[in-house]
Amino acid sequence: MNDTQTAIISSIKTTIGKQVIEINNLRKSFGNQVVLNDVSLQLFNGENLVVLGKSGSGKSVLIKCIVGLLNFDSGTINVLGENVSKLDSDGLGELRKKIGFLFQSGALYDSMTVKQNLEFPLRRIRKNLTQKEIDEKIEEVLDNVGLLDALHKMPSQLSGGMRKRISLARTIVVDPLIMLYDEPTTGLDPVTSDEISLLINEIQKKYKTSSIIITHDIECARNTANRVIMLKDGEVFMEGDLKTFEKSDDVLIRSFFK
Amino acid sequence: MKKFSPAIKLAPHLQKAKKFTLRISDKTITKTEEAGNFLTDFADVILFLTRTVKETFTRDFEFKEFLRQCFQIGNKTLPLISVTGIIMGLVLTIQSRPSLAKFGADAMLPGMVAVSLIREMGPVITALLCAGKIGSGMGAELGSMKVTEQIEAMEVSSTNPMRFLVVTRVLAAMLMIPLLILYSDALGILGSWAGANIKGDVSFTLFFSQAFSHIEFIDFIPAFIKSIFFGLVIGLVGCYKGYNAGRGTESVGKAANSAVVLGSLLVLIVDVIAVQITDML
Repeated sequence: MNDTQTAIISSIKTTIGKQVIEINNLRKSFGNQVVLNDVSLQLFNGENLVVLGKSGSGKSVLIKCIVGLLNFDSGTINVLGENVSKLDSDGLGELRKKIGFLFQSGALYDSMTVKQNLEFPLRRIRKNLTQKEIDEKIEEVLDNVGLLDALHKMPSQLSGGMRKRISLARTIVVDPLIMLYDEPTTGLDPVTSDEISLLINEIQKKYKTSSIIITHDIECARNTANRVIMLKDGEVFMEGDLKTFEKSDDVLIRSFFK
Repeated sequence: MKKFSPAIKLAPHLQKAKKFTLRISDKTITKTEEAGNFLTDFADVILFLTRTVKETFTRDFEFKEFLRQCFQIGNKTLPLISVTGIIMGLVLTIQSRPSLAKFGADAMLPGMVAVSLIREMGPVITALLCAGKIGSGMGAELGSMKVTEQIEAMEVSSTNPMRFLVVTRVLAAMLMIPLLILYSDALGILGSWAGANIKGDVSFTLFFSQAFSHIEFIDFIPAFIKSIFFGLVIGLVGCYKGYNAGRGTESVGKAANSAVVLGSLLVLIVDVIAVQITDML
């Protein structure tokens, strides 16, 4: 990391807040294929960190390691002060209550209606809520994503953009502290992509979340990023704000920002 | 004139023998790999069973999902089991009647059909149908959930997918399949009565009293116990194949297909073991 990048990170840390995720020397491989090699990064409170990279550069694996869906070979991941690799299943369950994860495919439960999809995490994470409070919360988040009328629809009746919005609503319904977005705009048209990007910003402001946004969509990065990290072949290739990336002469970075 | 040595004369035959040997060795390797895969699969199913049992006896049992699965299994399979049960009794009666008539043992027909249905045919045929219908359904559903990241979504929602998806389905299969088998047995006897009336005239009461006079309570117990195990293997294999499906839509089909194959095979293995144990008692 050069002096400019260090200065940018320290200025973000000052303006945004303390770190909520700290990853040090993370290594993850599948058999002989090393997917993440010596990756270190921090996410600060209230920040939108965009992780850019080509397909297969290890972006999705990175956030799956953060949330404990994948075990890693070496290194440490600290989330909200908890060392992920040292947590047992109950501890991991408790930590996951504070993290929202938007899957690339949306991952809505096919056999449930939109309302049941939203009720599912709410009933398990906020166990003390009454039915009235659950209904109110569901209406609130659906209103936030602009799909209040989809309450009783099945996922198969929704378009790609609507599924993504409902998925986003299901993630924020439990008021997470950290949001992990796995390619939130992939497969969507430019207009819907912009809407999702704006929604990510609104969620950050309204729910005071800190987010890691995995993407290769540069427009999404422009709309949402406070800071950007680029992964190349499983390693952190460059880190800084958008301006630093836009000024770069590197061929790979230029191919993203052209 | 040029003379060929015996070795040269034998050369084409040796080539053929070599090809034949290679072919045999290739087939042997393939068969050994297949046997190895089956054993690995079997060992993995046992490990999966251990995890399922462990999750069954933990807190937060998903009772609502268990009831939903019971309804799904019963509701979806009932028409198929009804038709098969009636046909099973009907065909068995029509096929057995001439043989029994030769010995003048027509009166034994209701009892013979009832014993065959309750002890063996009803449980095994119904279980094989359930392996096809329920096992493939579970394999495809969980496989599809795996491919579309729904199982991972459940994990990040602080829900244990083994407890929510697997335990509920396996227990529902263990409860519903024995009930479906009893239902199929009853319809089989009804079908048998219909079959007996095609070439004769037997009253419903007489047929049933004759049928049940040959059945003892001890005939039901082993059949009922083995049908619980049929439910266990069908539910377990269906969930195991779906839960461990690979990436991509192709793996959903493979999961459903292999759930039927392995499930049916295990049903027959359980049946052989159950018959041996019953025979010893």
